[in-house]
Amino acid sequence: MSTELPEPPSKIELKPGVGGGGEIPSFDITLRVRRFLPEATADAYWEDFKLTMYGTDRVLDALHKVKWEHDGSLSFRRSCAHGVCGSDAMRINGRNRLACKTLLKDLDTSKPITVEAIKGLPLEKDLIVDMEPFFQSYREIMPFLISKGHEPTKERYQSAEDHAKFDDTTKCILCAACTSSCPVFWTDGQYFGPAAIVNAHRFIFDSRDDAGDMRLEILNDKEGVWRCRTTFNCSEACPRGIQVTKAIAEVKQAILSRTV
Amino acid sequence: MSVSIPAPRSQRIDPKYKRGPKSHGSFEKLAWLFMRLSGVVLIVLIFGHLFTNLMVGEGISGIGFGFVAGKWASPLWQFWDLALLWLAMLHGANGVRTVINDYAEKHATRAWLKGILYVATIFIIVLGSLVIFTFDPCVTGSQLQQCL
Repeated sequence: MSTELPEPPSKIELKPGVGGGGEIPSFDITLRVRRFLPEATADAYWEDFKLTMYGTDRVLDALHKVKWEHDGSLSFRRSCAHGVCGSDAMRINGRNRLACKTLLKDLDTSKPITVEAIKGLPLEKDLIVDMEPFFQSYREIMPFLISKGHEPTKERYQSAEDHAKFDDTTKCILCAACTSSCPVFWTDGQYFGPAAIVNAHRFIFDSRDDAGDMRLEILNDKEGVWRCRTTFNCSEACPRGIQVTKAIAEVKQAILSRTV
Repeated sequence: MSVSIPAPRSQRIDPKYKRGPKSHGSFEKLAWLFMRLSGVVLIVLIFGHLFTNLMVGEGISGIGFGFVAGKWASPLWQFWDLALLWLAMLHGANGVRTVINDYAEKHATRAWLKGILYVATIFIIVLGSLVIFTFDPCVTGSQLQQCL
């Protein structure tokens, strides 16, 4: 049984030809992917795919089109596909971006769009790298709340001002776009990297946390914050718009003001 | 029936994390601080040096053995030039040290480059300090008035 619903009062009659989504413009692109198939070849190589894409498509949609319709062996990581999970960070036209947040229409479609794996981490296949070194340095800064004294019965209060100190660095999604854009990290992978420092910042400046000194001591390492050369690659790469270099500078200041 | 599958050609990535052991002390912090502080002092020293040598008096045409001898007769300029020598050399050497750390990928390359850098730095600092303190304007054939 179905009943006809009355038309909503907000409905406006449009003349034919007015409004509507219209046709989404389509265009041809060349997607140039850095392939690495360890079972087949010893070296990585570029492979071009000619695709017809739409104005609403992202780089991730182009990769899906390749994988689903052209070459199923193309490998890349993605999970939520909406810029929240941080799985699909890659080098797009030489810059670290999330494939799911980069619209094709914002890139220069007259030239091939290059897509590579992020740099500085061991390459496993195509666009997939071993993230273990990245997460190792993340674990070293103890990214969890450490508090002393009695646990409060209700909640740990924090003023809006106290929260504002580290609000920016809570936005990290651990996509590794910053760390793998850092030229110091590319050298030997020994540097903690921007992502680990950002996540340390999130707890160091949290008024509810009591292990700030411990984290500052960890980052006072020779591979810690002092290796930052403030090239701002990380701030430019961050898909969440975190002021990464600023956060690193704040940690430097905190180490100096606590121990000098 | 057995099928032999060739081993993958990629070098298996060692799941062990190859980060070095934790460092002790705060050398890098002090080096970072030194760069900033010495940089500020060097701006004053360098522009003071350039101004007195090039803008005051006869300018560049007045610079010669006698000009340097005259300057080093004063303890102020001895101290000025000594501070300039030490700060510029240590500031520059530390800068090159970080460049080597950032760009050399092998431990052996790093060690060699830094070794050469340290030897050169110490040599120039020692030589320069000796010249400033043991400077004798009355070398053989000197035309300066106080030596005649």
